Amino acid sequence: MRIGAGVIAAMVLVAIAAPWLGTVDPSLFDAGSRDLLPGKSGQITTLEGETLQHTFLMGSDSYGRDIYSRVIYGTRVSLVVGIATALLALAVGIVCGLSAGYLRWLDGILMRFMDGIMAIPAILVAIALVALWRGSIVTVVAAIAIPEIPRVTRLVRSLVLTIREEPYVEAAIALGTPTWKILFGHILPNCVAPLLVQGTFTCAFAILVEAVLSFLGVGLPPDIPTWGNIMAEGRAQFVSFPHNVFFPGIFLAVTVLAVNMLGDGLRDTLDPKMAKRI
Amino acid sequence: MFSFVARRILATVPVLLIVAVLVFLLLRLTPGDPAAILAGDAANTEQIARIRASLGLDRPILAQFGIWFGNLLQGDLGESFYYKTKVATLIAQRLEPTLSLAALTISIAVLVAVPLGILAAWRFGGWLDRALMGFSVLGFSVPVFVLAYILIWLVSLKLGWLPVQGYQRLADGPGPWLYHLALPSITLSVLYIALIARVTRASVMDALGEDYIRTARAKGLPEVRVLVRHALANAAVPIVTVIGIGLALLIGGVVVTESVYAIPGLGRLTVDAVLARDFPTVQGLILFFSFIYVLVNLLVDLSYVFLDPRIRY
Amino acid sequence: MNVLEVKELSIALPPGADRPHAVSKVSFTVGRGEIVCLVGESGSGKSVIAQSVMGLLAKTLPVASGSIRLNGDELVGMSESGLRERRATRMSMIFQEPMTALNPVMTCGDQIDEVLKFHSGHSREERRKRTLNIVREVALPEPGRIVASYPHQLSGGQRQRIMIAMALVLEPALLIADEPTTALDVTTQAQTLRLIAELQAKHGTGVLFITHDFGVVAEIAHRVAVLRLGELVELGTRDEVLKHPRHEYTKMLIRSVPTLKPHGRPVNQDTPVVLETRRLSKIYGARGWFGRGREVRAAEDVTLEVRRGQTLGIVGESGSGKSTVARCIVRLVDPSSGGIRIGGTEIATMGATALRPLRRKVQIVFQDPYRSLNPRRTVGEAIIEGPLNYGVTRAAALERATKLMELVRMDSAALSRYPHQFSGGQRQRICIARALAMEPELLVADEAVSALDVSVQAQVLQLLEEIRTRLDLAMLFITHDLRVAAQVCDQVAVMSGGRVVEYGPAEEIFQRPKHAYTRALFDAAPGRDFAFGTT
Repeated sequence: MRIGAGVIAAMVLVAIAAPWLGTVDPSLFDAGSRDLLPGKSGQITTLEGETLQHTFLMGSDSYGRDIYSRVIYGTRVSLVVGIATALLALAVGIVCGLSAGYLRWLDGILMRFMDGIMAIPAILVAIALVALWRGSIVTVVAAIAIPEIPRVTRLVRSLVLTIREEPYVEAAIALGTPTWKILFGHILPNCVAPLLVQGTFTCAFAILVEAVLSFLGVGLPPDIPTWGNIMAEGRAQFVSFPHNVFFPGIFLAVTVLAVNMLGDGLRDTLDPKMAKRI
Repeated sequence: MFSFVARRILATVPVLLIVAVLVFLLLRLTPGDPAAILAGDAANTEQIARIRASLGLDRPILAQFGIWFGNLLQGDLGESFYYKTKVATLIAQRLEPTLSLAALTISIAVLVAVPLGILAAWRFGGWLDRALMGFSVLGFSVPVFVLAYILIWLVSLKLGWLPVQGYQRLADGPGPWLYHLALPSITLSVLYIALIARVTRASVMDALGEDYIRTARAKGLPEVRVLVRHALANAAVPIVTVIGIGLALLIGGVVVTESVYAIPGLGRLTVDAVLARDFPTVQGLILFFSFIYVLVNLLVDLSYVFLDPRIRY
Repeated sequence: MNVLEVKELSIALPPGADRPHAVSKVSFTVGRGEIVCLVGESGSGKSVIAQSVMGLLAKTLPVASGSIRLNGDELVGMSESGLRERRATRMSMIFQEPMTALNPVMTCGDQIDEVLKFHSGHSREERRKRTLNIVREVALPEPGRIVASYPHQLSGGQRQRIMIAMALVLEPALLIADEPTTALDVTTQAQTLRLIAELQAKHGTGVLFITHDFGVVAEIAHRVAVLRLGELVELGTRDEVLKHPRHEYTKMLIRSVPTLKPHGRPVNQDTPVVLETRRLSKIYGARGWFGRGREVRAAEDVTLEVRRGQTLGIVGESGSGKSTVARCIVRLVDPSSGGIRIGGTEIATMGATALRPLRRKVQIVFQDPYRSLNPRRTVGEAIIEGPLNYGVTRAAALERATKLMELVRMDSAALSRYPHQFSGGQRQRICIARALAMEPELLVADEAVSALDVSVQAQVLQLLEEIRTRLDLAMLFITHDLRVAAQVCDQVAVMSGGRVVEYGPAEEIFQRPKHAYTRALFDAAPGRDFAFGTT
C-alpha cells in the first residue's frame, strides 16, 4: 500500500509540476522533428515563432510533438478525471444507497433502475454518452461516473442493510434517536472504510476507461494530451516507432497499478474482514 | 424449485424494459437537437430534417417509443445510417468473430484461473498466493490495449510466432482460426483470469474457514477430497457469479481488442458506428450486448439450482 | 489401559498474547467407558486441548511439550497421515454448532458414507447398510428420508445426531465432544445428552466432554477436570468436585451456579402496573406469488402484566416467541394486533412521532455485548445519546453518565474509552447504564446474561437485582435458562410456539408446574436434582 501511495503522490507532484520538468507546451511541434527516436535532439517552434533546441526524451510523434511533454501533461488529465469520477460516483451512490437501504418503499424501484444501468456494459454507456455529449472533461467524467454509480449504490445499500440489523442500531432506535441521526451518526461512519476502498477502485477504473475512450477516438478531443490520445495517434506507426505507444502506455499502467495497490492496501488495513474478498 | 426458476425469469423482464427505456431516452435526453447532433457539425438543415424524419423525432415521444418498442419486439433494430443495411443484419454478419473471441477467452480464463485460485487459497500466504495476488492486480491494472501492444511487439514482431492482426473464419479451418485468435484471446483472458482467480481464491478461502471443513478434516478425509468436495463445492456459487458479472468487463475488452487486432467483429462495429455517428447501429448494439449480458446472468442464476440445494427447496 | 492419556501437555500461544501458554502442564486420563468432563470458562484452553488430541490445531498453536497417548500410541509428533488414519476410526470429535458443522451441499447420507468410504474397504451396499444402521441407532425417524436429506432440511437436534452418527459409525475408542449441546434448546439438549450416554455405554467408548455448564456436568460426568487459564486446578470424580470442591476457583464457580429453586422473596401485589399487554400478536409472512403463503405466528394472544418493583420472567426455548414479545413491547417491531399499555398509555398502534416521548419509559438490554455498542463511539457518547435526544444538556447528561457508572460498579474513566477495550461483562454493564440513563419505568433484559461466563453472569444478575430494588424498577427478563429465571423472577410466563402456556408466581411455577410443556422443560434441565455444595 505504501508503494501505491508513494507512486500516486509522485504522479500528483508530476502533474502539478509539469511546466517545470523540462517540458515544453505539449501542443508545440516542428515539422522538421518528426518521428525522432527517444533521446534524440531536434528543433521545436514556440508559439511566438522562435526555434528552440530541445532534447526529445521520449521521442516525438508524427507531427513533431514532444512525447515526453505530452505524457507529463497527460498526467494531469488522468488524475483529474480519476479523482473527479470517483468523487461524483461516491456522492451520488451514497445518497442513493442510503435511501434504498433505509426507505423500504424506495428500495424496489431504485434498485431495479440501477439493475437496468448495470445491465449495459459500462464501456458502452461511456462511449454512447461521450459521443452524444461531445468530449470534454466534464462530459467524460459524467459519462464514466454514471455506470459506476449503481455499483456504489449496491455497496452502500448492502452495508446499510447489514448495519441496520446490528443491536446497537436497535438500541439507538429504542433511545429515541431520530432516523437521520441514525443514518449519519451510526450507519455512515461504519461505511467509510469500504467506501474509501471502493473509491480508489473507481478512480482506477475511471483512468482506464478514459484512456480506452481516447484510444478508440471517442473520448477527449485530440488537442488535449491524454495518454489514450497519444497512443491513438501513435498506433499507426507502431511497428516502426513503438515508443509512441509504449511510453504513455507504461505511465498509464503504472498509475492504474498504483491506485489499485493503494486500494488493496487500504482494504487490508482498514477492514481485515473484507481483506479476503475481492 | 419451479417457482424459483419462474421468479428469476420474470425478474429479468423489468430489467430489460428499463434497459430499453434507457437506450431509447439516450438520444432524446441530450441537450440540443438530437437530429443536429447526429447529423454532425457539417450538416445543413436539409440533412438534419431528413434524419429527424427517419428517426421519427418529430412525433410525440410516447408514440415514438411505441413504434420503436414494437419494432424491437419483432427483431427490427432499425437501419444503419452508414451501412445502409438493417442493423440486425449487420449484427448477424459480425457476430461470429466476436463470439469466437469471447468463447475462447472464457474457456482459457476459467481453465487457468480456477485451479490457480484453489491452490492459492489452499496455501494461503505462500509464494503461489502472493504471486497470484500480484499478478491479478497487474492484470486489472494494465489496460487491455497496452497489454495487446506489448504482446504484439514481443510475440509477433520480435519472435514472429503469431500474426499481428486479422481473423480467419472457423469454416475455413480450425488451424488458421486458432492461429489468428490465439494472441487476441490470450490478451483478453489476462483480465478475466485476474478477476476469476481472485474471486476463486477469496471464496475458497472463505469456505476453508467454515466449520464443516474442520468436521471433514476431523473425519480423517484426504486433503484433496476436502478441497474439492467440501471447499470448492461450497465456493462454486460466487465463482460462477463473477464469471457472469465479469462478462461486462469482457464486452468492454472485446471492443478494444478487436480494435487493436483488426478483428471484424461487433466490437469494431461499435467503434466504427460511434465515429460515423451511426446512431441506429450504436443503439442496436447496446441493446444486443445488454440482452446477452442479462441472459448470461440469468443462466448463471439458474445454475445455482444445481450448485446449492438450499435454493432448490 | 486408558483410552486417552494426557501428560504434562503444554501448548504455546503466539507471541503478543496475554499469556505464554494456551495450555500449561495439563494431565488427565480417560478410561474405557468413562465420561470425563473438561470444565472451564471462556479462555480456559479446553477447546485447545480437544483439538490438539485430534491434531487439528493451527500451526500457530504448536505443542510445546508433553505427551498425548491414544490407546498407547503417542500422538504428539505423529505424521499427518498417521493422524488422519486414526481420525474417525480410533478417535472422533463432534462440535458445538450443528448448523454450520455439516457441509450444506452434500446429503447427510453422503457425509456419513464418506467416513466409511475413506477408512474402510466396504462395498457400496455394505456402506449403505451401515449408514442406515447408524442413523437408526441415533434415534432418527425414517432413516431412508434422513439419509437423502440435506442439512438445512433438518432441525438443530437432528443435525447434531447426524454428527454423532458420523463420529461413531466406525466405533472409535475415544469420542471428543466440544460443547455439543450448548447451542441446543433445553429439551433437545436433554435428548442429546441421553443419546450420548446410551451409545457410550453400549459401545464402551471413552468420552472427553467439554462444557461450561455445570448442570450438564452433574448430569453425565463420571470424572471432572476443572481448567482455569490453561491450568488444571482440580481433578476428581463428579461427586468429589461438585459437592466438595477443594480449589478456590472451583468453589467460586460452583457458588455462581444458580439453583433451580426460586428465591422465595415476597411479592408485593399492590404496586402500580407499569406494563400490560393484552392479546398481543405478531404474525410474519406474506403470500407468495404463486399463492403459497407462509405465515409465521411468532407471538399469539400474549397477555401479561408487570408491576413496579417486580420482575416478570418470560421463559421459553428458541422459537417460542419470547424475543418477539420483548421487541414488540419496546416497539422495535410493530405488533400485528393486541394492546400494549405503558403506565396506562396505549402504545401498540402509535406512530413514530407520538411514540418518541414515550420511548424513554421502556428501555432494553440485548444479548450480544459485542454488538450492542457502536464500535466507533466512546462509552460516554453511547450513554448520553439517549438523554441528548430528549433535550437534556450535554453537561447534565455527562453528569448523569458518571453517576450511572458508579451505579454499575465501573470506573467513570471508562466514559472516554471505546467498547473494544472492555470485556463482555463490562460491556453489558455499560449497556445497562445506557438504558438507565433514560430513567425508564420498565427495563427489558433480552437474554442479557446468556452470552456471559458463569461467574460474570452471577455478578451481572446481582447488579440487576440491586438496581431493581434501588430504583424501584419494573423488569421484564427474557431467558431460556431456568436457573437464571429462578434466581431473579417474581412472576414467570412460560412460552411455547408463540403462546403463553403457563403464567403465575415463580414459586408456583417452579414447585408445582401444571402445564405439560412446563413440566417437560423442568425435567429436561440438566442436573436439576443435583445438590451442588461447597462444604
